[in-house]
Amino acid sequence: MDFNYLLNQLVNGLSLGSVYALIAIGYSIVYGILRLINFAHGDILMVGVFAGFGVLAVLHAPFVLAILIAMAIAALFGVVLERVAYRPLRYATEEATMITSLAVSIFIENLGIMTVTAQPRSFKVPAILNVIHNWGSVSFSNMNLLIIAITVILLVVLVFFVTRTDLGIAMRACADNLNAARLMGININVVVSVTFAIGSALAAIAGLMLAGQYGRIDPLMGFIPGLKAFVAAVLGGIGSIGGAALGGFVLGMAEILLVGLLPPAFSPYRDAFVFIILILVLLVRPSGLLGTGERRRS
Amino acid sequence: MLSRRDKRLTIIGIVVLGIVLFILNQVMADYYLRIINLIGINIILVASLNLTNGFTGIFSMGHAGFMAVGAYTSALLTIPITQKAALLPDLPLWLANLHVPFVAGLLAAGLMSMLFALLIGYPVLRLRGHYLAVATLGFLVIVRVVLTNIESITRGARGISGLPGVTNSWWIYGTLVIVMYCLWRFIHSSYGRGIMSIRDDDIAAQALGINITTHKMMAFCIGAFFAGVGGALWGDQMSVISPNFFSFNQTFTLVEMSVIGGMGSMTGAVVGAAVMTIIPELLRNLEVGITIMGMTLPPLYGLSQLILAALVVIVIIFRPQGIMGRWEFSWQHFAREKKKLRLQRQSSSEQEK
Repeated sequence: MDFNYLLNQLVNGLSLGSVYALIAIGYSIVYGILRLINFAHGDILMVGVFAGFGVLAVLHAPFVLAILIAMAIAALFGVVLERVAYRPLRYATEEATMITSLAVSIFIENLGIMTVTAQPRSFKVPAILNVIHNWGSVSFSNMNLLIIAITVILLVVLVFFVTRTDLGIAMRACADNLNAARLMGININVVVSVTFAIGSALAAIAGLMLAGQYGRIDPLMGFIPGLKAFVAAVLGGIGSIGGAALGGFVLGMAEILLVGLLPPAFSPYRDAFVFIILILVLLVRPSGLLGTGERRRS
Repeated sequence: MLSRRDKRLTIIGIVVLGIVLFILNQVMADYYLRIINLIGINIILVASLNLTNGFTGIFSMGHAGFMAVGAYTSALLTIPITQKAALLPDLPLWLANLHVPFVAGLLAAGLMSMLFALLIGYPVLRLRGHYLAVATLGFLVIVRVVLTNIESITRGARGISGLPGVTNSWWIYGTLVIVMYCLWRFIHSSYGRGIMSIRDDDIAAQALGINITTHKMMAFCIGAFFAGVGGALWGDQMSVISPNFFSFNQTFTLVEMSVIGGMGSMTGAVVGAAVMTIIPELLRNLEVGITIMGMTLPPLYGLSQLILAALVVIVIIFRPQGIMGRWEFSWQHFAREKKKLRLQRQSSSEQEK
């Protein structure tokens, strides 16, 4: 075990963690307001990626534009999804909304299989992103840098948004107490739509980063990252933005380091580690690392 | 408890089921028989899922994990020894030389699942709501990863083939009758009342002296036991098993059946499993592309899943309690209806006079 290997793994962990953090924030803000686990979040990510892919392949647009369009389409998709499937269930039980989101997830995946087929496609990013730097013996690509930078920037913007703008404050009020917020004259439907839009846009950009790193996309690509990001959100304390970000980084780090440091025979168990970590954390801190403990709503 | 009349009616019902099955086995083509058998297996699986998800209020999503444990256990015990030697040369010696009859395999499958339920139930059942659902989902992921990677015992992703395939309607529906009887007895015992009170209000239940942990654990273990048995039957009927069969989709299919039938009802499990087994078979024709009135539809893979998922959303929005809700079939209900009819007829004939 040499030190440089460890440093390299840290860079990888940081960039994977950034992706998880971005996806986890979407889960977390939606859960904070609606107490809804949106299992379709990973599939919104997939829709965003395919939108970006379409823009790149058909319009030959620059990568930045593709990212923006993908975010916009995913945001729109998330808002429509909430309007159609989740709004009628706003006051239903936890189980009912959870099952609905599972059904929605299966629906979108199969819609994807029907329209673009399950065949994986190769996803290419501009060559400049694949340039690899070597600092001493630590090597990383521009892609790694971009992912980490985008995540940090978006986190700062998001924190600014929820603490300094009216809409952000309304969002936090809704998360605190939906009914009281309504009594204060906050238009809940607008807040919920905005929440879905933000979460979905973040998922889309995270999805593009993932696609850029793996180089392949298919309609089922959202499921596993979605699930892991959900684990990250729970780890960090679901409902809190900082918690989701922290959970994402912790999970990404843990996943990469466990695979990197344990003997290679253990690396196929990567997905199992994630859930073992989750169960362990929930046992010690049932409300996650930064969670404040769930008040039971009756 | 059942009255004497109800007992007699139930036995008659089972005999009629037997006769119907016998006739169906004589006249039906293999394809339809397979569907009928699949319905039976699905009823077992959904009924055991309802015990945890509907009656106890533990929303478990690990059911396919228990199925997998059951299917693999029974497969490893019931495949003939010579075949096992060829298929899995690296098995531990005691397992390689072990061969048990199918009944014992089923029991072992159930017990093994139960053991797993006991192990994961201890940490997981302390959680509630969403957290519990995700932790049980985690169990499913862990089971699959382990099955894929312990190649010396499970052949990994290639799966095990050549299960004896002795499962037929008699095995399946025989097991089903036993399962339903056990579940019915459990639900109507004081423990059954206990788990329902936990579902309705766990704090009040605790105040009444119900040990929540024990009750939840018991329901979880019994559910897992029958899931293991169901998984064993399922695997044997397929005659090939691989970790990919016990996917998240499999769990979700069972949850769909349970939701559509009605989570808190055994009758609902029967209805949900039957309906949701038949509909995909009908829709399957659409997937390969069919010709309607001279127009050929292109093959639409994934269409049946898509329609089922939409159906679930619609059911949850418009009839959240499912087809049956918490209503159970009972002979008494029948008798009451008949009596009502008779009274109506009497009163109307009196009026005519």
